[in-house]
Amino acid sequence: MQFWVIQTLNSLALGGLLFLLSSGFSLIFGLLRIANLTHGAFFMLGAYIGISFMQNFISNLVLAAIASAGVIALAGGLFERYVLRAISGSPQSQVLVTLGTSFIVADLCLIIWGGDPIPIPTPDMLKAPLQVFGFMFPTYRLAVVITALVAGLLLYLLIERTRLGAMIRAGVDDMQMARAVGIPVSRLFTTVFCLGTALAGAGGVIGGPILSAYPGLDGEMLPLALIVVILGGVGSLLGAFVGSFIIGFIYTFGIALLPDLAYVILFLPMIFVIAFRPMGLFGRMSA
Amino acid sequence: MSSPALEVTRLRKSFGGLPVTQDVSFSVMPGERRLILGPNGAGKTTLFNLITGDLRADSGSIKLFGTEMIQMGVHQRTHLSLARTYQIITLFNKDTLLQNVVLSLMGLSPTRWNAFSKLMSYQHFEQEALRVLTLVGLDRAAHRPVSDVAYGDKRMLEIAMAMAQKPKLLLLDEPLAGLSKEERVRVSGLVASIPRETTVVMIEHDMDTALELAEKLLVLHYGKVIVDGDRDDVVHDERTKEVYLGS
Amino acid sequence: MNSRQKMALGLVLLACLILPWTAGEFYVNLVSQILIAALFASSLNLLVGYAGLTSLGHAAFLGFAAYVSAWLYLKMGWTHEEIAPVALGATLLLACVFGWISLRATGLGFLMLTLALSQVLWGVAYRWVSVTDGDNGLRGLTRPAPFGLDLEDPMIFYYFALVVCLIALFLMVRFVQSPFGAAVRGTRDQARRMSALGYDVWTIRWLVYVYAAFWAAVAGLLYIYYHKYIHPTSLSLTSSAEGLLAVIAGGSGTLIGPIVGAAIVVLLKNYVSAYVERWNMLLGFVFVFIVIFMPEGLVPGIRRWWGKLKGGRA
Repeated sequence: MQFWVIQTLNSLALGGLLFLLSSGFSLIFGLLRIANLTHGAFFMLGAYIGISFMQNFISNLVLAAIASAGVIALAGGLFERYVLRAISGSPQSQVLVTLGTSFIVADLCLIIWGGDPIPIPTPDMLKAPLQVFGFMFPTYRLAVVITALVAGLLLYLLIERTRLGAMIRAGVDDMQMARAVGIPVSRLFTTVFCLGTALAGAGGVIGGPILSAYPGLDGEMLPLALIVVILGGVGSLLGAFVGSFIIGFIYTFGIALLPDLAYVILFLPMIFVIAFRPMGLFGRMSA
Repeated sequence: MSSPALEVTRLRKSFGGLPVTQDVSFSVMPGERRLILGPNGAGKTTLFNLITGDLRADSGSIKLFGTEMIQMGVHQRTHLSLARTYQIITLFNKDTLLQNVVLSLMGLSPTRWNAFSKLMSYQHFEQEALRVLTLVGLDRAAHRPVSDVAYGDKRMLEIAMAMAQKPKLLLLDEPLAGLSKEERVRVSGLVASIPRETTVVMIEHDMDTALELAEKLLVLHYGKVIVDGDRDDVVHDERTKEVYLGS
Repeated sequence: MNSRQKMALGLVLLACLILPWTAGEFYVNLVSQILIAALFASSLNLLVGYAGLTSLGHAAFLGFAAYVSAWLYLKMGWTHEEIAPVALGATLLLACVFGWISLRATGLGFLMLTLALSQVLWGVAYRWVSVTDGDNGLRGLTRPAPFGLDLEDPMIFYYFALVVCLIALFLMVRFVQSPFGAAVRGTRDQARRMSALGYDVWTIRWLVYVYAAFWAAVAGLLYIYYHKYIHPTSLSLTSSAEGLLAVIAGGSGTLIGPIVGAAIVVLLKNYVSAYVERWNMLLGFVFVFIVIFMPEGLVPGIRRWWGKLKGGRA
C-alpha cells in the first residue's frame, strides 16, 4: 500500500513539474503560434542557474527558483525580441531557430557545468517525511504539488481576471481582431514569452531535488511537454493542467511497473486522444 | 417537374453560440442562373462553404441531383461534379496558366495517382488545357506564371479552371470583385456564355452586372432566407428593400 | 535542367564512378557515408520540400529499419536475404501508423507529433534494454553478400551504395515529374484549392509520408551495413535535425539540394569535429544563421549573395 502512496505522490509531483513546464509552452503556442522547442533547454538552464545561485549566494531553494525565473525570463525576452522576430512564422523557420538555440543552450550548460548530474538539495524543512494515517509521505513532493496548484490558480486568475489575461485570451482567439482593437501585440508577445519561460526556469529549480540537473534533461522534458500539450490541447491552461497530471501518472506508474516499456505507454493516451479528438482534450491543434 | 440540381433543406450552422446559417432551404433547378444576395455578414460565403464541404453543417440536408452530400468531404463533392471559385484568388502563383488548368483537369482523372510516368507524356491534358485557355482568350499567356498576369486574367483563369472540369453545378463567389470596368465586361461575358449543362449559383455585390446574369434570386440576412424567387419579383419585393435599406 | 547543368551532373557522376580508383580507402568510406546521408536527406525532402510537411521525426524510420535488421540478425539468427524485406516491411507498417497519427494535424501540430512519436521510439530504444541493449547499442553485424559480392570490401560497398542511391534518385525523379508529384506540390501550395479540384489531400500526404519513410528505411539498411552497429542516437532528435539541416542547407524543393546539403553536413561533421568538440552547438549556430540570413537554404542563399556581390561591383 505504501508503494501506491509513494507512486501516487511521485505522479502528482511529476505532474506538477510538467504543468510548470507545459503551461508556458501552451501559452506561447496559443498566443504567438510558436512551438518553442527551446522550452526544455530553458527548464534545464533554470535548474543549473538555481544550482549556481544556491552554491554561490544563498542556499535557499525558493530564492533560487525566483532568481532563475528572473534570469530565464530575461533570456526568454531577449530571445523573443531579437531572434524570434527576425524569422518568418513558417514551421521550418521556427524549428530551425528554436531547435538550434536549444542545442546551443544545452552545449553551453555542458561547458559551464560539466557532464555529471548535479542534484539540488532538498530544503531542510521539507526533508523529513510526513506521517499521516500511518503512511509516510515524501514531504518535498507534496510541496511540489502544492506549488503547482498555487501556480495553476495564479495563472488561472491572471488569464481570467486581469486585463493582461483578457488581452491574452483575445489574442489566442483571434489575433487580427486583437490587433484591430488596439491590443499592443508586440509587447504582449514578449510578456507572455517571458512568463512562459520564467515558469519553465522556476520549474527546473523546483524539480531539482527530484530530477537533478544533467545533460539531456532538456531532451527528456521537451517531448513530455509536447505530449502534454498534444493531449490537453494547445493554448488551453486547463488542458495543460489535466494533461500534465495524466502524463505524470502514466509515466511514473509505467516506469515503476513496466520500466522497459514506459515510453510506449506514454504514447497510448496520446494516440487515443489524437485519433478521436485531434485538437486535444481542450484546445486547438493546428496552427 | 424535373428534380432540382441543388436542393438545400433546413441547413444549420453555428460558431460557438452564434448561429450563422439558420434553417436555410432552397432549390435550384438544372440550368438555372441563381444569384445570392445579402448585406455583408449575411452568411453568403458561409453558405457556399457548407455546400462545398469546406465547413461541416450542424444539421440539414444538401442534395446534388438527388445525392445527399452532407457527410461527404470536399473532394468527394467535387467528384459529384461540383466546382467553385473563391472570393480571394488561390491559384498556383509560381506555375504557368497551362499548369494550373492541367491540375484542374487531372483532379477528376485517375491519372492523378500515377507516381511513375511523366506528366508531360500525357499530351491530352495539355491539349485540353490549351483548348480551355483559348476559349477564355488566355492562350497567349499559357506559358507565363500566374504571378505575371493581370488581376482580371487571374479571375478569368479561376473560372476557366472550374469550367475545365465541366461541372454540373458551379458556385461563383464574387467573380467580379476588384475588377475594372473593362475586366468586368469580359468576366460577365464569360459567365453569360457558360453552357446550360452547368447550373450556376453566384454570390455578387455588383448588382448591376449580376442582375443581368441572374434569373432567380435568393436574399439572405443574418443567415436566414428572406426572399426567394424570380429576379424581377424579388427586386421589387418590400422585404428586399428592407434588408438593404435597414442594414 | 539546361545543358550546362547536365554536363556538371555528368562530371559528378563520372567522378563518383572513378573515385575508388583514384582515392584511398578513407575517402571511399567518406563518400559512402555521404551517399547514405544523401539518400536519407532526399527522402526527407520529399516531405519537406515537395509536400510542404516539415518533420522532425524522420530518423525514426532509418533507426527502426536498422534496429529491426540488427535484432533479427543478432538475436534471431536470420540471414540477410530474409532480414532486408522484413525490416523494410516492418518500417513501412510503422510509417503507416505514425503517418496516420501525425497527419491528424498540419503545420506545427504535425511537426510536434512527428517529434513526439520519434522521441517515444528513441525512448524505447534507450530503455528496452533486453531487446536493444540500451545505451550500448547493438553491434557485431556483418555486411551482406548480395549476388556474391562481398560488401566488407570498402570499394564494393561503395559501388553497391552508389547503385542503390542512383536507383533511388531515378525513382524519385520519376515521382516528382509524375502526375502524383504535381498533385503533391499542389497540396503544398494551395491545399484547400486542391481539395476543391477533387484531390484527396489527406491521402496524398499520407502516401508521400509512407514513401519518404520507405527510402529512409533503405538508408537505414545501408547505414547498418556500413557501420555494423546501431545506437539509440541514430533515432534521436539530433539525427532528424541533421537530416533537416541537410535538406535546408542544400535548398529544399529540388532533388539536387539535399544531396549537396548531405555532403556539406557529413564533411562538416568529419572535419570540424576533429577541431571542435561541441558539434551540437555548431549545428545550433548553423541553424540559427541559416534561418535568419538565408531562409531559402545555403546553396540558393550563397548564390544570391554572390550575385549581389558581383552586381555591386558593376
